[in-house]
Amino acid sequence: MTAVDAGRQPALTGASQPRRRGNPRRRGGWSGYLFVSGYTLLLLAFGVFPTLYAVYLAFTNNRGQFTGLNQFIKVVQDYRFAPAFQNIAIYLVMWLLLVVVLTVVVAVLLRGMVRPGLSAVFRFLYYIPGALAGVASVLVWLFMLDPAVSPVSGLLRAIGFDTFAEVLAPADLPVIFVLIAFWTGAGGWIIVMYGALNNISDEVLEAARVDGAGLWQTAWHIQIPMIRKWIVYMAILAFAAGTQLFVEPQLLQTASLGRVNPTWSPNQLAYVYAFQRGDFNGAAAISIFLLALGLICAGILVTRSGLFTADET
Amino acid sequence: MTTPTVNARAGRRARPLVSRLAPAAAAVAILAALLIFFVLPAVWLLLAPSKTAGQLVADFPLSFGSFGQIGAAWKHLISYQDGVLFLWLRNSAVYSLGSLVLTLAVSVPAGYALALTPFRGRKLLLTTTLIVMIMPSAALVLPIFLELNLFGLIGTAWSIILPFSFFPFGVYLVYIYFATTLPRDVLAAARVDGCTEWQLFRLVALPLAKPVIGLVAFFSFVGNWNNFFLPYLVLPNSDQFPIQVGLNQLLSSTPSFNPVAGAGLNITSPELALAIIISTLPVLVLFLFSQRALVSGMLAGSTKE
Repeated sequence: MTAVDAGRQPALTGASQPRRRGNPRRRGGWSGYLFVSGYTLLLLAFGVFPTLYAVYLAFTNNRGQFTGLNQFIKVVQDYRFAPAFQNIAIYLVMWLLLVVVLTVVVAVLLRGMVRPGLSAVFRFLYYIPGALAGVASVLVWLFMLDPAVSPVSGLLRAIGFDTFAEVLAPADLPVIFVLIAFWTGAGGWIIVMYGALNNISDEVLEAARVDGAGLWQTAWHIQIPMIRKWIVYMAILAFAAGTQLFVEPQLLQTASLGRVNPTWSPNQLAYVYAFQRGDFNGAAAISIFLLALGLICAGILVTRSGLFTADET
Repeated sequence: MTTPTVNARAGRRARPLVSRLAPAAAAVAILAALLIFFVLPAVWLLLAPSKTAGQLVADFPLSFGSFGQIGAAWKHLISYQDGVLFLWLRNSAVYSLGSLVLTLAVSVPAGYALALTPFRGRKLLLTTTLIVMIMPSAALVLPIFLELNLFGLIGTAWSIILPFSFFPFGVYLVYIYFATTLPRDVLAAARVDGCTEWQLFRLVALPLAKPVIGLVAFFSFVGNWNNFFLPYLVLPNSDQFPIQVGLNQLLSSTPSFNPVAGAGLNITSPELALAIIISTLPVLVLFLFSQRALVSGMLAGSTKE
């Protein structure tokens, strides 16, 4: 315990505190367990147990017999597997680039160039679609993308879409999902980024200004490094949200009367395995792939970004 | 403190006009373009119930129909399955608020302890939290469904509230908040003065935690109110649906999207738009109330010297 904690605390707090609390540490230990007990129970019940259960399912068959990697081989050889992951990869690249760059740029602009009262109005208006996340946002965009009723039907027709069916061409789907995700999610992240920027004291910014730094120099050299923790966090969560894409393609598929591929995303493929073929083991195997993908990416971000060693105190 | 600001502003004004205006113009263009992108669909949505399905196609998209048509759409909507809409809204409230209370009760102390109380296994818990947090939650829905089935919770309110109240994001927010804003030295000094760990949490940490509690409550409520996948799988009956799953049922009853199933019903595009607006209202109201906490206290700038 001591070795682990002694190694971590300075990194987390930035304050080097040699053995000052011998006794309080033990006392703190017990209270620490009490403080985290409720959460730990939920974590075990709805995080750890279902995960282990998915692993168990992925390595067994429907009679509970150990089958090694057979479930994984089965789903990988499915002709729908590779396209589903390819779809999600294209979507993720576009989505991550857009959300990271634009939310940070907008937060910097709102913080540096707009009066606080006005920027609150902007943030509120940007956020409004966040209230429509999930089913509601997909339904709204069904209307937005239908040239018959869309307020931007002129724009849709100008870029060659005359009917709803044309809009739903396979190549357009990643763009559609990026639009929906950005419309519902970016406003919330702009608020978070703005809040993080707001936490940087005015004196620091003033010092930079006095030294002759412009808006972008200040942003690049001072503000962005200071909110790096939050940017990384946003990227991790945006990635996670991207890999689990389900509601959007599923509802689009329903509303388009089957014109859209029912196994566009890996989660949809897992859903088809579980609820149309009753193959929970195959569905779990696909889930494990998604899980591994998320873990690798998070691991890279965590170790590279200094999320755990960052010193912000 | 004010003098350098004035000087700096004066210095900026003195620069050539173009180098001063170009970035400003770019900024205005970005902010305005995004404003249209975010607001236009919402405006269209607000206007849609005032028109008939025919007017939606024929009229100018941003025109207002009539209040009478809104009333008609409302009547059609609440007569759908004998007012099941109200039941869906009530269900959503029960699921979201129930899990919100549980989430706050467990995640605030947990985030505090992870940030500031040394105990064995802290690193493990923190890492696990991060991992489960970034893990695709939809990947857990199916195993959670089987688990709930095992414990006989399928079709009960608990089968939604308990999984909803597990909110690692909230714990992580509280952890980050305390790790970055509450100096360890303050706690160490209070400990030396004889404060118990409970007193530290109750008297030092909790009063400082208001902004992050508002933030966690907000994200938890919004996330749970908008959740679709788990209730979709776990709740078999329409009278147990939250509004999101109800919207899905309305969608499949709308003739413009499903000509066969929708035939003979009064649910058309304007009714669907009205239902979307109604399903959104609680989250919008909540945002208005928590805006102060979200904006001014996001990272509690006030607690920093």
